[in-house]
Amino acid sequence: MPPRAAFPRAAAAAVGDARLRANLRHATHTIRAKRAAAVAELPDWELLRAAGAAIKDRTLRHLDHYLPRLEEAVTAAGGRVHWAADAAEANRIVVDLVRATGETEVVKVKSMATQEIGLNAALAREGITAYETDLAELIVQLGDDLPSHILVPAIHRNRGEIRDIFARRMGDWGRPAPEGLGDTPAELAEAARLHLREKFLTAKVGVSGANFMVAETGTMVVVESEGNGRMCLTLPETLISVVGVEKVVPTWRDLEVFLQLLPRSSTAERMNPYTSTWTGTTDGDGPHVFHLVLLDNGRTDALADTVGRQALRCIRCSACLNVCPVYERAGGHAYGSAYPGPIGAILTPQLRGTGTPLDASLPYASSLCGACYEVCPVAIDIPEVLVHLRERVVQGGQVTLRGTRTVIKPARGHAAERAALRAAAWAFDHPGVLRAGQRLAARTLRLHPRRLPGPGRAWSDSRALPEVPAESFRDWWLRTRGERDSHEQP
Amino acid sequence: MRVALFVTCVNDTLYPRTGRAVVTLLERLGVEVDFPAAQSCCGQPQYNTGYRHQAEPLVRRYAAAFRGYDYVVTPSGSCAAMVRDNYPRIGARAAAEGRGRELTEAAESAVPKTYELTEFLVDVLRVTDVGAYFPHTVTYHPTCHGLRLLGLRDRPRRLLAAVRGLKLVELPGAEECCGFGGTFAVKNAAVSAAMGADKARHIAATGAETVCTVDNSCRLHIGGTLARRGSPVRPVHLAEILASTEGDIW
Ligand code: SF4
Repeated sequence: MPPRAAFPRAAAAAVGDARLRANLRHATHTIRAKRAAAVAELPDWELLRAAGAAIKDRTLRHLDHYLPRLEEAVTAAGGRVHWAADAAEANRIVVDLVRATGETEVVKVKSMATQEIGLNAALAREGITAYETDLAELIVQLGDDLPSHILVPAIHRNRGEIRDIFARRMGDWGRPAPEGLGDTPAELAEAARLHLREKFLTAKVGVSGANFMVAETGTMVVVESEGNGRMCLTLPETLISVVGVEKVVPTWRDLEVFLQLLPRSSTAERMNPYTSTWTGTTDGDGPHVFHLVLLDNGRTDALADTVGRQALRCIRCSACLNVCPVYERAGGHAYGSAYPGPIGAILTPQLRGTGTPLDASLPYASSLCGACYEVCPVAIDIPEVLVHLRERVVQGGQVTLRGTRTVIKPARGHAAERAALRAAAWAFDHPGVLRAGQRLAARTLRLHPRRLPGPGRAWSDSRALPEVPAESFRDWWLRTRGERDSHEQP
Repeated sequence: MRVALFVTCVNDTLYPRTGRAVVTLLERLGVEVDFPAAQSCCGQPQYNTGYRHQAEPLVRRYAAAFRGYDYVVTPSGSCAAMVRDNYPRIGARAAAEGRGRELTEAAESAVPKTYELTEFLVDVLRVTDVGAYFPHTVTYHPTCHGLRLLGLRDRPRRLLAAVRGLKLVELPGAEECCGFGGTFAVKNAAVSAAMGADKARHIAATGAETVCTVDNSCRLHIGGTLARRGSPVRPVHLAEILASTEGDIW
């Protein structure tokens, strides 16, 4: 993890990075238009969206029913299920499982859950090397970098930068890049293919996540564009899948809804190129050993929050990132989590709590413009949850932590703001006071500074201040038609 | 017809011309306008910053000030959205916290009669040509809350298109947030300013003399950004354009 500066500082640094902004702007604007077109093709999109939200809500309400059913089905199909309450437990389980195979290398399918728990670092501490095989994850890994997007972790990089990273670092991790590597997509893809093939053919252990888990049959589902994930899922002898408990869907019929919602929202495709499903183990085909690690890590706590729980519907399509004007300027790293953008701003403070300055600043990383809600295929009202979490930050209140109802205190550093807003609310509730203030402001027109002191500087550094008019609307009304319906209240 | 004007705190204090324009316009259309003086702020700054409890007295005040009116008209998309989307939530949360249904009822009573100006003109009065004259090139910035929370759609454009003398030019990236966002403008000043700069650049690219919004809080941010960059483009509220006539150019 990078140093955890609060969002505004990290974002301000990113805003100043012209190349980063250009890369992000180009990438997000291209996909935005495509998504809109792909979604517009389906006349029943709004119904599908409502169905997706309803299925997720119902399943989440009955996790205590569907998770045991899933466990039964996975076990019956020859897999083994492990339950992990938090990141540390999940990492320990995976480390032990890999150790038991005697291997020191694993190949990985791109997975948000393993990023969330920091699995690669945990494996490295035990002398086990994890090779990322998703193209964008590979770029991030070779560049000693962090992912900055859910779907396209290397979105902040352009082709020239990728070429340089490949040429410089591939040799340290396996087969080096070809001599004289250029920066065309074909050359870059070929270099990655050759480098990765070695890994696929030698690895004995694969580690993955899953987009969905079907409870009725115990089936895991991964949707992807490159096919690299499918190689990792089928070639190794042992497969370990780490999946958040919220990914379960009851039946294949339910899955059908999400297989329509996800690709159009995420890559603007009608159907994703590779959909892999695996159910336990099968003789003579695929891994001989299959382990499923079911990850909680704050999810059931979030479920206890009636407003915040909708974040668990998320199918990680990344549409909200691609339309977010804040993400576009701040970049993914400013969010300090595996989950950047609007969904990160509401998921991270629920999974990790609001205890650190960074996590407490995330609910404010939004202008509440609502573009994220508009595109979300499972209709998560992200602005509603943001405001709800802001309340948690400034007022504290009841939350569930590790299954226990607890009262948390307001975050520090909001005392002046709290006083100011309380004073404003009081003045607004006493129109006489408000009027006196307006008149005072108008009368002292000459004295108004052009630049504000203190926190107000943040406004006046880039924006001129408006002139305060000599007469408020209220006074104009009173002067011109005071007789009618304007009985002043104290 | 008699309606109550909810002028909003920003307009009352910083943009009284907008309130006067609404009065002029509605009266010209034969509507009788009242200004209940007990009104104040809708509570959006408090609510959106996380101080829900501080917004509660303002919900009560709003409901009381406009009791007895069939229509409340406001020249602010975001304040109308605050009343319509968030008042019921504030009421429901208070009830869930065991504080009775009084606030819920107050909140809900306010919702059905609150109209943003262009909704009132197009949906209630059923006019798009309000007899306005405004001889300028105008570009329109649809503010986020009007666009996404209220779903104003093409109402403002239709009203603008019917104004005599007015040339409407398209704004590139029109539906992107200008970066205001209430306290966001101060809490995340760098990102807000970057968004504002892009908006100002797009506005300049249209060659318009005037940029029009239906929300003066966005106008405050856009106008301040344009002014700091030395741009001659003038920001105005749609009501001020609609109030303007040949005999009385605003
Ligand atoms: S919150 Fe919605 S739009 Fe964002 S990644 Fe999740 S499903 Fe997609």
